[in-house]
Amino acid sequence: MMAMYDKSKLDEIEKELKRWEKECLGRSIETLPERDRPFITASSVPIDRLYTPLDVKDWDYFEKLGFPGEYPFTRGVHPTMYRSRPWTMRMFSGFGTAEETNERYKYLMHHGETGLSVAFDFPTLYGYDTDDPHSEGEFGKCGVAISSLKDMEILFAGIPVDKISTSMTINGPAPVVWGFYISMAENKGIRPDIISGTIQNDILKEYIAQKSFIFPPEPSMRLIVDTFEYGYKELPRWNTVSISGYHIREAGSTAVQELAFTLADGLEYVRAAIERGLDVDKFAPRLSFFFNAHNDLFEEIAKYRAARRIWAREMKETFKAKDPRSWWMRFHTQTAGVSLTAQQPYNNIVRVTIQALAAVLGGTQSLHTNSMDEALALPSKEAARVALRTQQIIAHESGVTNTIDPLGGSYFLEYLTDYMEEETYNYFDKIDSLGGVIPAIKKGFFQKEIADSAYRYQKEIEENKRTVVGINDYATEEPVKIELLKMDPEGERRQTGRLKKLRESRDRKKYESSLDRLRKAAEGDENVMPAIKDAVHAYATLGEICGVFREVFGEYKDLAIF
Amino acid sequence: MELVERLLNGDKRAAAKLISLVENEDREAAEVLRELYQHTGNTHIVGITGPPGVGKSSLVYELTKVLRKKGKKVGIVAIDPTSRFTGGAILGDRIRMTELSTDEGVFMRSMGTRGHHGGIAKATTEAAIVLDAMGMDVVFVETVGAGQSQSMIWECVHTSILVEMPGMGDEIQALKAGILEIGDIFVVNKGDMEGTDQLVKELESVAEYKAMEQEWKPPVHVTIATEGKGTDEVVSSIEDHLEYLKESGEYQKREEERTKGEFTRIVQDLLLKKAFAGERSKKFDQLLKEIIEKKTDPFTAAEKLLEE
Amino acid sequence: MKKIRVLIAKPGLDGHDRGAKVVARALRDAGMEVIYTGLHQTPEMIVEAAIQEDVDVVGLSCLSGAHMTLFPRVVELLREKGAGDILVTAGGIIPDEDVPKLKEAGIAAAFGPGTSLEEIIEFHKKNAGK
Repeated sequence: MMAMYDKSKLDEIEKELKRWEKECLGRSIETLPERDRPFITASSVPIDRLYTPLDVKDWDYFEKLGFPGEYPFTRGVHPTMYRSRPWTMRMFSGFGTAEETNERYKYLMHHGETGLSVAFDFPTLYGYDTDDPHSEGEFGKCGVAISSLKDMEILFAGIPVDKISTSMTINGPAPVVWGFYISMAENKGIRPDIISGTIQNDILKEYIAQKSFIFPPEPSMRLIVDTFEYGYKELPRWNTVSISGYHIREAGSTAVQELAFTLADGLEYVRAAIERGLDVDKFAPRLSFFFNAHNDLFEEIAKYRAARRIWAREMKETFKAKDPRSWWMRFHTQTAGVSLTAQQPYNNIVRVTIQALAAVLGGTQSLHTNSMDEALALPSKEAARVALRTQQIIAHESGVTNTIDPLGGSYFLEYLTDYMEEETYNYFDKIDSLGGVIPAIKKGFFQKEIADSAYRYQKEIEENKRTVVGINDYATEEPVKIELLKMDPEGERRQTGRLKKLRESRDRKKYESSLDRLRKAAEGDENVMPAIKDAVHAYATLGEICGVFREVFGEYKDLAIF
Repeated sequence: MELVERLLNGDKRAAAKLISLVENEDREAAEVLRELYQHTGNTHIVGITGPPGVGKSSLVYELTKVLRKKGKKVGIVAIDPTSRFTGGAILGDRIRMTELSTDEGVFMRSMGTRGHHGGIAKATTEAAIVLDAMGMDVVFVETVGAGQSQSMIWECVHTSILVEMPGMGDEIQALKAGILEIGDIFVVNKGDMEGTDQLVKELESVAEYKAMEQEWKPPVHVTIATEGKGTDEVVSSIEDHLEYLKESGEYQKREEERTKGEFTRIVQDLLLKKAFAGERSKKFDQLLKEIIEKKTDPFTAAEKLLEE
Repeated sequence: MKKIRVLIAKPGLDGHDRGAKVVARALRDAGMEVIYTGLHQTPEMIVEAAIQEDVDVVGLSCLSGAHMTLFPRVVELLREKGAGDILVTAGGIIPDEDVPKLKEAGIAAAFGPGTSLEEIIEFHKKNAGK
């Protein structure tokens, strides 16, 4: 290790710092005391008054930072970063019927969106069809309802899926919905090896935080490894998982917890795939990540940089991956939905700007910016456009894309990056001592950690230890006047009508034999993807396919840990 | 009493209201219980105890499902700890049993310990009386997994099930603490985990030991409650145990012991209430002051308080 | 001694339980007994649980937007079962324009985003068990 500062210089800085504290600071603080309220990050990490080379004194440039596009990737995964191409502007959207959402996608693309991101409604996320009793009241509310290949075809009608990449936030039923997407492309005459995109497919964080699970952990892990294997063989441009901290953070975790739990999940997937006998350098380059961007600018930037460094080290050192593309961590970012206020919604535009800036300064590969009205409802067209424009202003007007990792070398930021890394390894140790990620889930470890943080954060607001503008300070009484999204009231009826027609008109024999084959695949240990695709092409619905899996695998129940 | 009549007709709202009355030590409670008492004695009360996290709720849920298939009506009283500082509690046992909510033949009630010790709530017995009178065939009492002090459950059930899981590292400790003394049936839950065989062996040897002293040898069952595995066998043992109790005359003995415990507690309660009632509460404060000032000692003071 | 008993339930499919859990903890810390039913509850399950637990208040939390279908159904079922005296409150992402409609359907209070825990606790202390 080679420290960046020589000893005599550090001694001098230390001496001078003491002098400054006594003379300059000491005098000033007498007449102008610092505020009483604690100096803490959004995650309650205490922050010092000033950072100097003393805080990074043992620091080796090559070990900690290196150069962009090279190990350990702290400064970024590409050698040119945004100087070649800005991040992908990918707005998470979906509501109502496939027709309505298709129209929204075309609108966003027309306004400069460069990647698609599908939000599904809750029935779809749980593998239920729109006409299932569990779906009552939920149709199209939080995303688009996709119950069959037919719906997927309508969703992407007129969209060049060979040219634009699509990210799909789907977990429990991910292999099935992926099957819909691949089959939709095939029916357009596009080969699977051409299409690119991402399925979230991260079930571990569902048990930990987001709670949209269907099956127990073990069969779920098997399905995920199936997609890894199928992906690198058939769809080499597809990211078969997006290991997500976003939802962990939204559920109330701190930044460190988000980082540590997400990376722990990622390492668990790698372990599971290697156990199956897959070659790490075949599947690892297709692993991708997804983080939150919360309000605390520096804490967030440090989080992304620490994430890249830890991941690179673990992949290289622990899993002995040889391909540098297995070491790099590519990630998508979404601004923090939980930070938005229903009160004075226009203020949210400013919050989103700061959060988006953190993601960009942290080197994100793609970004979703939340709309100002999302504490109230799904985004209206106009609100979504402002959110997209926010990204465009950062990319083209702010100047932050001119150089790579512009904050690298800041004493404060580097200190904070190191801190994040250290705390992450502390969590890794705790998780190991509980027997690994899945045993820790079953013991409720993550859930308890998150619930505690969420409660502490809320208490800090209540006790005025932190300010949320428009909530516990600067509040106004005026009613919120903002135009909210209105959905087609006839949508649900049309969708159930379409399902009914599909069930009546499909080739019954083909459909039945495809489900038989699927059941055999699920019961055995062959890769389920080919059988899923068969069933999809035979127009088996999402609910029917997941129904087979439900019977074979059983269903998971939340532990509800406080 | 209208509520009692409704209860005897199986009205759940009435049952719930009556349990609240006894739980809140409402003035009407004693009267209600007096009236209910003659309708009781037909329920098999089964206690479920064991350390936290072993899956007691999931087990109760699965056992209930098995009993329901046999056409039995089941009552459940699940107890969680009340915070000593705030007096509040989060009662989360329903989470594992939500599907039972809409089952006509099941009644489930969550209770906080409200300062009571021994892993049960003070009104546990009384709640069981209500459910007994309501016509439940079996009532499960699920205790707080408190560790050592669960022995209270002994006093209010006919059959007690001790649940353990592998890998807790406290098997031996449990032996030491004497918890195992109370189990009529041993269950190793999460039986797909490492260490199951070892734990089964240890419990078998405890069972052997107990069989030297009594006729009933506690069976040891392995379950995976979340998957419903092994629960049929546990239910069979519950039934076997009841039969054994009745045939051996042990049932009568336990009923007597249960009644004695109940009676003792009622007497204690009354005494306590009297000790603090009216003029006595002033006298209590006065004596307390004297003890603190070392003018007297607590032993003498207590006798003085209860004089006349 | 009587304690305020509150059932906190999440009807519908969404798994966003941060708010429900934070509120449950706050009510506990205010000395109440909180029965938590967990996720994915149907209105029928919630109403049965509320009756058996003899609660004073049922707090419903939903962030998926399905509240206009699910919440009034809970009130309706409670009334059908002769338990219309149990208060029902609403939490989650509920637009202002839905609040009057929910109140008309019998929801006693709506606690939207930004509501303080103090306000929620006060409501319970003032209105529960009457």
